[in-house]
Amino acid sequence: MIGAAEDAARAAAERAVRAAYGRLVALLAARSRDLAGAEDALSEALRAALESWPRRGVPDRPEAWLMTAARRAAGHARARAATAEAALPDLTRIAEEADAMPDAYPDHRLGLLFACVHPAIDRGTQTPLMLQAVLGLSAERIAGAFLISPAAMGQRLARAKARLREAGARFSRPEPDEIAPHLPQVMEAVLAAAALGWEAVPGSDPGRADLAAEALFLAELLADLTPEEAEPKGLLALVLHIRAREPARAQRYLALSEQDTGLWDHRMIDRADLLLAEAGAMGRFGRFQCEAAIQSVHSEGAMLGRTNWPALATLHAALSRLSPSLGGQVAAAAVTLELDGPPAALSALDALAGAETYQPWWALRAEALARQGDRAGQAEALRRAIGLTEDAALRAWLAARLAQASQRS
Amino acid sequence: MQFTILCYETPADFARRDNPAEAGAYWAGWSAYGATLAQAGVFVSGAGLLPPATAVTVRTRPAGRTVQDGPFAEVKEHLGGFFVIEVPDFETALDWAAKAPSSASASTEVRPVLAMPG
Repeated sequence: MIGAAEDAARAAAERAVRAAYGRLVALLAARSRDLAGAEDALSEALRAALESWPRRGVPDRPEAWLMTAARRAAGHARARAATAEAALPDLTRIAEEADAMPDAYPDHRLGLLFACVHPAIDRGTQTPLMLQAVLGLSAERIAGAFLISPAAMGQRLARAKARLREAGARFSRPEPDEIAPHLPQVMEAVLAAAALGWEAVPGSDPGRADLAAEALFLAELLADLTPEEAEPKGLLALVLHIRAREPARAQRYLALSEQDTGLWDHRMIDRADLLLAEAGAMGRFGRFQCEAAIQSVHSEGAMLGRTNWPALATLHAALSRLSPSLGGQVAAAAVTLELDGPPAALSALDALAGAETYQPWWALRAEALARQGDRAGQAEALRRAIGLTEDAALRAWLAARLAQASQRS
Repeated sequence: MQFTILCYETPADFARRDNPAEAGAYWAGWSAYGATLAQAGVFVSGAGLLPPATAVTVRTRPAGRTVQDGPFAEVKEHLGGFFVIEVPDFETALDWAAKAPSSASASTEVRPVLAMPG
């Protein structure tokens, strides 16, 4: 019986923490300006909950209880630091104080997101810091997604939190006029999390596929917290479009044109297009809306069996002005292949510098060479693409194409 | 800096080498990986190994030599081959290791190469 009660209390505590993690950390950090301290206090509160809830029952408002316990733990930590005396949380007092807490706390998560892109934090650590601070992901899990050793990732995150404290970063809700200038970097960090998720083929790398769900949560949160802005809606639409296709790629890699569009999540696609229309009505076009629009045209094309290539060419031209990137330029060359044929696409690819370790560059090159009948060139390009992929499912898809190419040549 | 990429494979991976239906894709993956390391200019050396069943393990002790058929320890993944690469840092080495086919099917270990004194 005790075992079952403990399990129920543990599950309730974990649910409460998961749902409220970012809100609680943001609120605690906004008071103390100490992110690491806020996280420690919340873990302390969770430990107290797992101690108390199986015996006393799960409180009516688990979140308020955790908040109160975390505030007390933070207070004790300060007292311990001052007097070197450990004090146990007083569980009865916690329950009383939690009952007296207001139903709605201010939501400081936007401040937390903005603190993660503080200039004192190097770019490569901003996304990992966001995943940890807002979602409570462990350094081990984040390390897996970013291909860094867990010990090194743990150190990097600890250093980042220390820098924020030294820099006196504020975690409270930014003023309206402070939002727009820092928003692009926050969106960049959220997109980086989403990109890690969708580069992984579902089923082949569970760690990264989970991250796709977390990234969608972050994109939803950001759009929610900045209703007056157009670009976060574009970012959310982009993430939704990509996520909507996941069911069609279960366990193996398929090119867009090979996917069964009936398996796509059409509610997600509809929602993405609605968001894009809302953002469009605000009259401030930007990079994320542009990328979402590109995915929207692709989705529509796959569903109708006829892709509007001229529209894609226009959108890609806009994207290369708004946000030039190697990925975007290779995607634009893929549109050139459809509209103007292989020679034009190949010269577009040749014009890209620093592409020799970029797998999509080789995969598109293989496709262009195949269309002009150069089987040997296609095979060589496919080999390079295979050698550069990290994904078993994509490797198998490319190897199958290589086998076909070798048979025909 | 030099790093060794140690590619561990499962018995199922070793079996793919000789299975007519899968050998093509298996070898295509490895030869493409090796060729890509070479073309990127990071390849120093490397070798593939025959399956663990071909191994013989030797130990010399004060009591005498022992020679034993099979690999040195019973484990689920065995060394299938290795590459030595020259890259600026550990992170770049991990990035290359992630592209080894063994990273998806079993595991790939990365270790800095010991610089020999003198």
